[in-house]
Amino acid sequence: MWEKIKDFSSGFFVTGEPMIYGADVAIVLVSLAIVYVLTRYKKWGWLWREWLTTVDHKKIGIMYIIAALLMLFRGGVDALLMRTQLALPNQHFLDSNHYNEIFTTHGTIMILFMAMPLMFGLFNIAVPLQIGARDVAYPFLNAVSFWMFFFGALLFNLSFVIGGSPNAGWLSYPPLSEIPYSSGPGQNFYVWGINISGIGSTATGINFLVTILKMRAPGMKLMKMPLFTWSVLASCILIIFTFPVFTATLAMLYIDRFLGGHFFTMTGAGNPMMYINLIWMWGHPEVYIVVLPAFGIFSEVVATFSKKKIFGYKSMVFSLILISVISYFTWAHHFFTMGAGADVNTFFAIATMAIAIPTGVKIFNWLFTMYKGRIEFSQPMLWTIGFIVCFVIGGATGVMLSIAPADYQYHNSYFLIAHFHNTLIGGVVFAYLAGLIYWWPKMFGFKLNDRLGKWAFWFWNIGFYVCFLPQYALGFMGMTRRLYTYGWDRGWAPLNFVSTIGAFLMGIGFIFQAVQIIYSIKHGEKDTTGDPWNGRTLEWSIPSPAPHYNFAVVPYAPEQDAWWEMKKKMQDPDYKKEKVELEPIHMPKNTGIPFIMSFFWFIAGFGFTFEWVWMIVVGLIGVAATMFARSFQYDDDYYIPVEEIKETESAMGRVV
Amino acid sequence: MMSAITSQHDHHVEELESLKVTGFWIFLVTDCLIFGTLFATYAVLVNHIANGPSGKEIFELSGVTWETFILLTSSFTSGLAMLAMHKGNKKQIINWLIVTILLGMSFVGLEVREFAQMVDEGATISTSAFLTAFFTLVGTHGLHVSLGILWMIGLIIQLFQRGLNVKTKRKLTVIGLYWHFLDVVWIFIFTIVYLMGVM
Repeated sequence: MWEKIKDFSSGFFVTGEPMIYGADVAIVLVSLAIVYVLTRYKKWGWLWREWLTTVDHKKIGIMYIIAALLMLFRGGVDALLMRTQLALPNQHFLDSNHYNEIFTTHGTIMILFMAMPLMFGLFNIAVPLQIGARDVAYPFLNAVSFWMFFFGALLFNLSFVIGGSPNAGWLSYPPLSEIPYSSGPGQNFYVWGINISGIGSTATGINFLVTILKMRAPGMKLMKMPLFTWSVLASCILIIFTFPVFTATLAMLYIDRFLGGHFFTMTGAGNPMMYINLIWMWGHPEVYIVVLPAFGIFSEVVATFSKKKIFGYKSMVFSLILISVISYFTWAHHFFTMGAGADVNTFFAIATMAIAIPTGVKIFNWLFTMYKGRIEFSQPMLWTIGFIVCFVIGGATGVMLSIAPADYQYHNSYFLIAHFHNTLIGGVVFAYLAGLIYWWPKMFGFKLNDRLGKWAFWFWNIGFYVCFLPQYALGFMGMTRRLYTYGWDRGWAPLNFVSTIGAFLMGIGFIFQAVQIIYSIKHGEKDTTGDPWNGRTLEWSIPSPAPHYNFAVVPYAPEQDAWWEMKKKMQDPDYKKEKVELEPIHMPKNTGIPFIMSFFWFIAGFGFTFEWVWMIVVGLIGVAATMFARSFQYDDDYYIPVEEIKETESAMGRVV
Repeated sequence: MMSAITSQHDHHVEELESLKVTGFWIFLVTDCLIFGTLFATYAVLVNHIANGPSGKEIFELSGVTWETFILLTSSFTSGLAMLAMHKGNKKQIINWLIVTILLGMSFVGLEVREFAQMVDEGATISTSAFLTAFFTLVGTHGLHVSLGILWMIGLIIQLFQRGLNVKTKRKLTVIGLYWHFLDVVWIFIFTIVYLMGVM
């Protein structure tokens, strides 16, 4: 019996690395600490009622952001481990398999469990408030999306200590990810962690598309919407059209692994390149899914802190839509070397270059918005200016990569690594951090400390160039991606060492941000007005943090920058506040079903990962049962009485 | 006063319910893309038969034609259930839904029998890339039909419990959409997989 248990656990738990044991201890200690604190202060009920069962988009947004920042930490630690390994030649800090696992989890986590949830967090925080809505179109589904993401991420991260992490790269290319080459549960963790959270992402795409199309405040025409909302609309259309492809493709990979199928195997006449085509049909639009909202954030920030209407609103909208359409037709530029032939490569090369045009339009529009504006160098504005420089470099090297014949030289070299970090860190991360600081007062009612934030910005910004500019050169010197070590004779040592220093500078930037958040919770400047930045859009017209019904009275918003125009009117001496009659507000009730259902998905996913059929059955029955239970729930809404609205509003210093 | 509040409540609920129908249309777009991906993969792999049989050797058109006939009829009967809904006749809705469920079950039964026969002949999901793509595509459709059957059973119970109201009407509309969608997908499967397979 003892032997059996020992046998099982040696395969089940990851063993052999002192770092893993350290992590095991840390995980157990942190879990115990959380349980202790919750019990000691009797917070279990609070946690369940206020957070785990909530359908409030603002709370869901906050939970997304907390999870994303934790994942940023984990992905960042992965990055620092890699850079430590590569700092000098012939290091034995990580062995080759461990290195493979780390670059795989770094990529997967940063895109799917950091960028996506951070983006969804900002969607949730800002979009309903910007369009004057009281919630999203489907609050229940919104909670389902979050918990699916949460349990998907949990499943994926478990691979760190149980069963072993995936190690076939962030897109898990076959045949390497097939059974003959990756027989352990690692790739199954990959498939199910991502697919469970991917179902949630698809649902979010549908949810916000309908929210934006159907729930705007009266008077707000599409062409009067804030640009962030426009960018979310474009991003949601991309999510709807690409995530299903991703889900189906990973399911096919799993059929190969679990049922012995031959979609992408080398035997049985399978075709691995089919996977690579399909995965990039999702994968390329995916980078636009995350970068379009980034553009939206910059558009808000630039207009607010230049005190000007955004330059070229219509061309901004048009370019967003154009980018999202063209992004469907560029996927093959990820594998020009496949051998598809000159005509196919030419098509994808030209489509890729064409995307630079609408992107360039946006860059010029931001610059022209700043031109002759009264620019305030607040933290979000600093990130925006940092972004413009960084993204232009990333865009230019992107056009270099899009030239198919030249790509044969750059393909999978460090030049590519430097390019996409230039766009993803310089574009996406900078934007989401700007957005986080920008909307932070709306979420929590206080501002983030300026001094610490500026330190963080400079460490990130300088660290970025120190880390990635040398990598362009390393690419030209022949260093390919995913190398776990190299010899002195290559001459790559100095540049790699510099690059590692840059990575640690960014790590210091992250520490500054952590300190900034903790410091600001105690000492942050309170936002008593609800409009700390002298904002332009409707989210700044309500108190901070927003009451749970958002708007006591749904605003009439016939103009672009609706709140700015309202403020102008209010300054008019003849302005008289219209007397409005409050009405009871219709709200959805909290429910535990999203949490429980996603938990059953987690059980099923774990069963699929270890191919334990009994567990799969238990999990899927649980999913079906909770869905049925929801379908039979008819009493799912309530009204907030007028008295309560009046009390809440006057407690926040608003006269109704 | 009271009636004003209830009428306003109905108005709120109606608005939310119509939003849900919109959302379901978009969900169908995503489901369509899942099938699109599986169709594309099938098209690429259709001649990758390795050492296994080709479609011509294993497809039996008579069984498949019956499946097609049954599923198309079930689409018609689910449409009749919708007509009964517009007339407000609960009993008729339930009857037509039961007929639809029975037809759906016979469709799934025939499909399972077809699959079992193929496996008996040695044509399994792990025989060749073609068969993997075939079983996945057709099986995914069959799984959708099976889920639809469970869903309809749940709806019939709700109709007994709650009768016809804004919510049950929306649920009936949505499952109607779903069922017709599966019918359309099947027409493509019948044409591209089976008819083109035996030609």
